[in-house]
Amino acid sequence: MARMTARRALSAVPVLIAVTFGVFAVAAASPFDPVKAYAGTAGLTASQENLDQLRANLGVDQPLVTRWWDWLTSAVQGDLGDSTVMRMPVADVIGERLGWSLLLATCAFLVAILLGTALGVLAARRPGGALDRCVSSAAYTLEAAPAFWLGLLAIWFFALELDILPAGGLTDAASDTVTFGQVATHLVLPAAVLGISQLPWFFLYVRQGVTDALDEDPVRGARARGLRERTVLLGHALRSGMLPMLTLIGSRVPELITGALLVETVFSWPGIAAATVQAATSVDFSLLAALTVLATAAVLLGNLLSDLLYGLADPRVGFDG
Amino acid sequence: MRARSVRGGVALALATVLSITAAACSNPGSSDKGSASADSAVVGIAYEPDSLSPLLGYGKDGNSKIFDGLLALDGNMELKPALATALPDVADDGLTYTYKLRQGVKFSDGEPFGAKDVVFTYRTILDKKTNNPSRTELDAVKDVEAVGDDTVVFTLAYPYAPFARRTVLPIAPEHVAGRQDVNSGSFTTRPIGTGPYVLTKWSKGEKLSFRANPGYWGGAPKVKRFTMAIIKDDDVRATRLRSGDLDGAILPPNLAEGFEGGSGLSTYTAKTYDYRTVTLPTHNKVAGDRAVRRALDIAVDREAMVDAILNGAGKPAYGPVPTDSEWFAEGTERAHDLDAAKKFLDEAGWKPGKDGVRTKDGVRAAFPLWYLTGDKLRQEHALAYASDARKAGIDITTEAGTWEVIQPRMKQDAVLAGGGSPADPDFDQYTLLKSDLAGDGFNNMARYDNKAVDAAVEAGRRSGDPAARKAAYDTVQRELAKDPGYTFLTHIDHVYVVGSRFGALTTQVEPHDHGLASGPWWNVEKWTPEGADK
Repeated sequence: MARMTARRALSAVPVLIAVTFGVFAVAAASPFDPVKAYAGTAGLTASQENLDQLRANLGVDQPLVTRWWDWLTSAVQGDLGDSTVMRMPVADVIGERLGWSLLLATCAFLVAILLGTALGVLAARRPGGALDRCVSSAAYTLEAAPAFWLGLLAIWFFALELDILPAGGLTDAASDTVTFGQVATHLVLPAAVLGISQLPWFFLYVRQGVTDALDEDPVRGARARGLRERTVLLGHALRSGMLPMLTLIGSRVPELITGALLVETVFSWPGIAAATVQAATSVDFSLLAALTVLATAAVLLGNLLSDLLYGLADPRVGFDG
Repeated sequence: MRARSVRGGVALALATVLSITAAACSNPGSSDKGSASADSAVVGIAYEPDSLSPLLGYGKDGNSKIFDGLLALDGNMELKPALATALPDVADDGLTYTYKLRQGVKFSDGEPFGAKDVVFTYRTILDKKTNNPSRTELDAVKDVEAVGDDTVVFTLAYPYAPFARRTVLPIAPEHVAGRQDVNSGSFTTRPIGTGPYVLTKWSKGEKLSFRANPGYWGGAPKVKRFTMAIIKDDDVRATRLRSGDLDGAILPPNLAEGFEGGSGLSTYTAKTYDYRTVTLPTHNKVAGDRAVRRALDIAVDREAMVDAILNGAGKPAYGPVPTDSEWFAEGTERAHDLDAAKKFLDEAGWKPGKDGVRTKDGVRAAFPLWYLTGDKLRQEHALAYASDARKAGIDITTEAGTWEVIQPRMKQDAVLAGGGSPADPDFDQYTLLKSDLAGDGFNNMARYDNKAVDAAVEAGRRSGDPAARKAAYDTVQRELAKDPGYTFLTHIDHVYVVGSRFGALTTQVEPHDHGLASGPWWNVEKWTPEGADK
C-alpha cells in the first residue's frame, strides 16, 4: 500500500511538469492577449507605446519555453509568481480561495455519497418498488440537469419564494466579517446543489451494485443462514455493492471541479473555481499553471484514493506491485 | 427522510471541515447580525476593479471612496477642491499648475498626508515600470515637484487646458505604497487612503466592504457601512435586489422596468456620455467614401434604436457630445431621411445593382461590421445599423469577435465601438479623431483624417479660454456632420434601482465605464438614511 502510494507520487512528477508546459503552450497559442486582458477597458484608450511597455513589464514578450522555464524554476523554489489578473502573488490568491472551495466541494461530496448510498440501498431492497421508481427516474432527470440550472432553480425557490436561505455569497452582503453561522447558512444551497448534481451517479452505482450483490451466492447463503435482513443488506450486500462506487469516488473528482466552477459562479462563492475562469480568459500564465497543477494533483489523488479504498474494501484486489 | 439526510450531511460536513477552514478566516468576537441596519447600504454592481491601487489606474476619473484626489467633481461635473484647498493657480502660458494642499488631513492609518504623497503618486504612475494602462492620460506632465510640505507644482510639456480635470486621480500614501512592489504588493488589494470610507474587506468576485472613516476631513459619513456586491449576471442581481439582499443595483432598462412602482424602491436614470458608434475606416473603399458616410449618417433611424434597443433609456447621438450637454453644437442634429441618403449615393455614382446592393466602378457597396462577442447591446445596435443600411442599398454583414480578433481588422473593417468621458471634451475627442493617432492602439480606430478637425481638437486642448474651447468643439461637431468618420448611434442612460429609505438621490453625468464609481452612490458619504443618527 505504501509502495503503491510512493510509486504513484513519483510518477506524478513528470505528469505535473508536462501539464504545466501544456498550459503555457495552450495559453500562448490561444488568441487571447494577456496585455489586453491586463489593461481591461483602459487598454481601449491606451497608446501603443503604453501597451508595448506593459508587454515588456509583464514579461509576456518572452518566448514560450523561456517563460515556462522561468516559472517552473521559481515555482520549485516556492515562488509561484504574481497573478496579473488578481494583481497579487499567486500563493496569496490560492491561500485566500482554496479553503472555501475545499469546504464547498467536501460538503457537496459528503451530501452526494451519504445520500446516494442511503437511497441506493433503500432502492435496491425492493427493485421496481415505489421508492426505487421515484428515485431512479429523479436520478436520470438530475443526470441531465446542468448544475447552474439547478442553482438558479434553488435560488428562485429557497431564496425568493420561501425566503429561508440566502441567495449567494459567503456571508450576508452587508457583513464584512466571516462568522461560522453566516458561512453555514450560506453554504447550504451551493453545497446541496453541487452535491445533488453529483448524487445520481452514486445512487445509480450503489443501487446496481447492491441489487447485483443481493443475487450473489454469499448473500443468498447469509440469508439461508437466517441472518437478519439488516445485517445481510448492510454487512454483505452493501460491502460488495460499494466496490464500484469506490472507483467512482476518484473519477468524480474532475466532475466535481467543473461542477464547482458553475456553482461557485451562480452563488458568488469566493472559491478557486471562479479564479480559474478568470485566469484562463485573461491568459494569466502564473495563476493558470499553478491552478492546473492543483487540479491535476486532485485528479491523481482521487484515483489513488479510490484504488486504496478498493484495495481496503476488497482484499482480493490488493495493491498493484 | 431526504431533507433530514441533507441537513444531517451538511451538518456533519460542517462540523468537520468548517472548523478547520473557518478558524483561519473568521474574526472572533465580532457580533454580526448580518441584517441590513439603518446605517448600512449594500449595492449590486456588475464590474469589479482589477486593483484598488490608484498607481495602477484605480479611480483615475475621481470618486474612489477610499481615496481623494487633489480635486473632485461635483454633481454638475464642476471641479471643486478636495485635497487641495482651492482650484489650481494656472500660469499665463498654461504650463504651470500650482496646488495648495489641505493641512491636517490624515490617511486612515493615522499618518499625515503631505506634498510628498502627491509627488510620489504622480511620479510612480509616470514611471514606465509601473503597469498602469492609463498612463497616456498624463502625457502632458513633464514634472511634478513639492515646494515645502503644502504646495505641489506641475510643469507641463505643452499647454493642456483640461489638465486640472486629470488631477481628480487618487493620492496614494508614500509610506505604504512606496515600500512594496507597485504592481503586485498588498497595497493593490488592501489600500489605505484619505477618503470617506475605509476598505475592510475585499473578497474578490464577491464584494467590497467599506466602513465609514470617522476621521474623514469632509465629515464622517452617516452611512456607516457600505458594501458593493459584485454580481455579474443581470438576472441574479435583479433577483437579489428583489429578495432584499441588496439595497440598490445597476440594472439593464428592461429589468429595471419590473421594479417601477414597487414599494420601497426608487428608479434613477443617469444621463451619460456613453455612446455607441460605428467606425467607418478611411482605408475601406466603401466606408471611406464621404458620400457613403453621409448617406449612412442619415439612413440610420436613431430614434427607433433608442425605443427598441434601449427601451427609451437613452437618446440619439450625432457625435461624441450628447445633445443635452453644454458642449453640444446646436443644429448638428441629423434627421432620419432615407430618400436623401439614396440621393447622396445616386449623385456619387453608387448605382443599385440587381440584388439591390449598390456598386461603383466595380466596387460593391459592402463591408463587415464587427461587434464584441457576448455584448448584447452592441449586437443589437450592429444588427439595427446593418438593416437600416440595407434599405439604402449598402450591404453590411455583422460579425462577432473578441478584441483580439477585431483589432487586426480595424484598419479595413467597421467596428461597433463604445466610449465617452463627460469630464472634458478633450478626453474623448482628441484620441478619437486626431489624424496622427490613427491606428495607435485603440486610438482613432477609424483612422479619421480631417485637417479642420485636427486643428480644432488641438486648439481645444491648448486654449485656456472657455469661449475659444467651445468654438473649437463646435467646429469639430460641424465637421463631423459634413464628413462623418463614425456613425454615432445612441447615448445610453444607465439605470439604477435604490431603496427609497435613503431619500432622494442624485446621479452624476456618467462616463462609458460605470457601476463602481458612478451610480446614485457617487456621493454615498452624503446620504442621510431614515433612522440613522443625525
